Amino acid sequence: MNLFPLFNSLRISFLATIVTFFLGILGAYYIARLPRWLKGILDTALTIPMVLPPTVIGYIILILVSPKSTLGTFLKTTLGVTITMNWYAAVIAVVLVTFPLMYRTVRSSFEAFDVSLLHAGRTLGLSDTYLFWRVLLPNCRSGIIAGIVLSFARGLGEYGATSMVAGYIANKTATISTTVAYYWQTNQNEEAMNWVLINFMISFAVMFAVNFFEKRTSGRKWRKKDVTIL
Amino acid sequence: MSLYCKIQKRLGAFRLDVELEAGNEVLAVLGASGCGKSMTLRCIAGIERPDTGRIVLDGRVLFDSEKGINLPPQKRKAGVLFQDYALFPNMTVLQNIAAAAPKSTDVLREKWISPFHLSGLENHYPHQLSGGQRQRCALARMLASEPDIIMLDEPFSALDTFLRWQMEQEIAAAIARFGKTVLLVSHNRDEVYRLSAKTTILHAGINEPVRTKQDLYFRPQTYADALLTGCKNIFPAEVNGNRVLLSDFGTSLPVPYGASDICYVGIRAKKIHSAHRKKTSSDTVDLPYRICGVTENVFSYILQVQPNGAQNYLYWELGKDEYEELRFHPPVLSLPTEEIMFLRK
Repeated sequence: MNLFPLFNSLRISFLATIVTFFLGILGAYYIARLPRWLKGILDTALTIPMVLPPTVIGYIILILVSPKSTLGTFLKTTLGVTITMNWYAAVIAVVLVTFPLMYRTVRSSFEAFDVSLLHAGRTLGLSDTYLFWRVLLPNCRSGIIAGIVLSFARGLGEYGATSMVAGYIANKTATISTTVAYYWQTNQNEEAMNWVLINFMISFAVMFAVNFFEKRTSGRKWRKKDVTIL
Repeated sequence: MSLYCKIQKRLGAFRLDVELEAGNEVLAVLGASGCGKSMTLRCIAGIERPDTGRIVLDGRVLFDSEKGINLPPQKRKAGVLFQDYALFPNMTVLQNIAAAAPKSTDVLREKWISPFHLSGLENHYPHQLSGGQRQRCALARMLASEPDIIMLDEPFSALDTFLRWQMEQEIAAAIARFGKTVLLVSHNRDEVYRLSAKTTILHAGINEPVRTKQDLYFRPQTYADALLTGCKNIFPAEVNGNRVLLSDFGTSLPVPYGASDICYVGIRAKKIHSAHRKKTSSDTVDLPYRICGVTENVFSYILQVQPNGAQNYLYWELGKDEYEELRFHPPVLSLPTEEIMFLRK
């Protein structure tokens, strides 16, 4: 059995989760400090991908970076790179789809965080960078890990946007979800069923990890508020 | 070593207008909750920004609205002991202290763990500590950051009563060792009297001039002074010629020399006595009364009494022995005139 789709899905989701991790955390941190009205606008704009059909997101990416677009032409002529119909096009799609998940979980975690800890840290002479990495993030750990797990799982299962921007090319862009669709469309039911089972196993592992983590941390009193986000 | 602070800040309908000055001593800001005590402290620490004003610590300008100076909290060297201690929950006792003072473990142990009775707790997390231990850790962490001033925000409010006394002793000792300016914010008159040298009353965002604690507690000038130093009996009064009319009690008192803006008259519950115990030498106002309510304390009784013909009550705190004697004597209470406080608004 050719396991390329599994490898490709893991690769796409892994890279996309790294990007989403940083974008989500920084977005949550900086947007929380903005004036109310601006926060409201950005909040809505950034979480729209959560309710948009993934095919719409895929279509927007195509408009922006397809070889016919200005940016696409530019990349093609200067770097010789075509983004669409490549596995890395799927990374862009997955980042856009998973960003709201990361952003929202991390943000509610930050909102539940006791700011007096940051005030105390500042009066002790600790820099804002130190407080961000050593106090804010560790104390919002459950929320952040929840965001990572959800984003990674969502990325693995992404179909709509991925199939628009990367399509199904065996051994090139095939992912576990596009593979299931491809085998079904071509009447290879046995192959399709194999990939369905693989999907089940992955999903089971993810949910098991989420539950395991939730149990492990809820024993700690000071993290309870973070865990409820899951 | 000194602090000068004159700040104004508007927050919706609330207006904060504070001016205070302190040397190498403990200055207490005494006020009811919501009067702006913590806000003042946060402005000095740099957590909040005043609208206008000037804050100078040991000659260093921390804030000056005219010159556009506003140092970040990190550069102010103003330590704060937060009400809920604000220990970092993800760090152990030792890590919390090391965050403020990056020194070797041995140095930290010697200077900040042992003297604060935290030995054996170095690797405990804040949620594994008792209230007193948390406060010691927060105190050690604050002092380890080598501040030029320390500010204590209602330091004992989160502690159980039996722990308060012990922590008060420990904090008093730590303050004495610190030896620089200390600002204590509290609503508890006893705590303030025991810990501070000078006191300022903060009432509805505006503070009164700084006075020695004796002057404030024994010669209160205003309604807020009397109320916040724990006076239970304060009544509206009106000056008429050379008499102060107490309409609630249908009686009047001579106006003390030079006072014309008297709006209230007060007497502390403990200063009232039964007429039979009156010292013959003292000048008193004697009122027949009836008892309306009795509250038993551990070592005293607090009676709610109504003088004959009065529309209001007096609270009277008396020892248990004096209370037992009351039934053998006519119900007349006597208010020593030198204990009666004439108060401005």
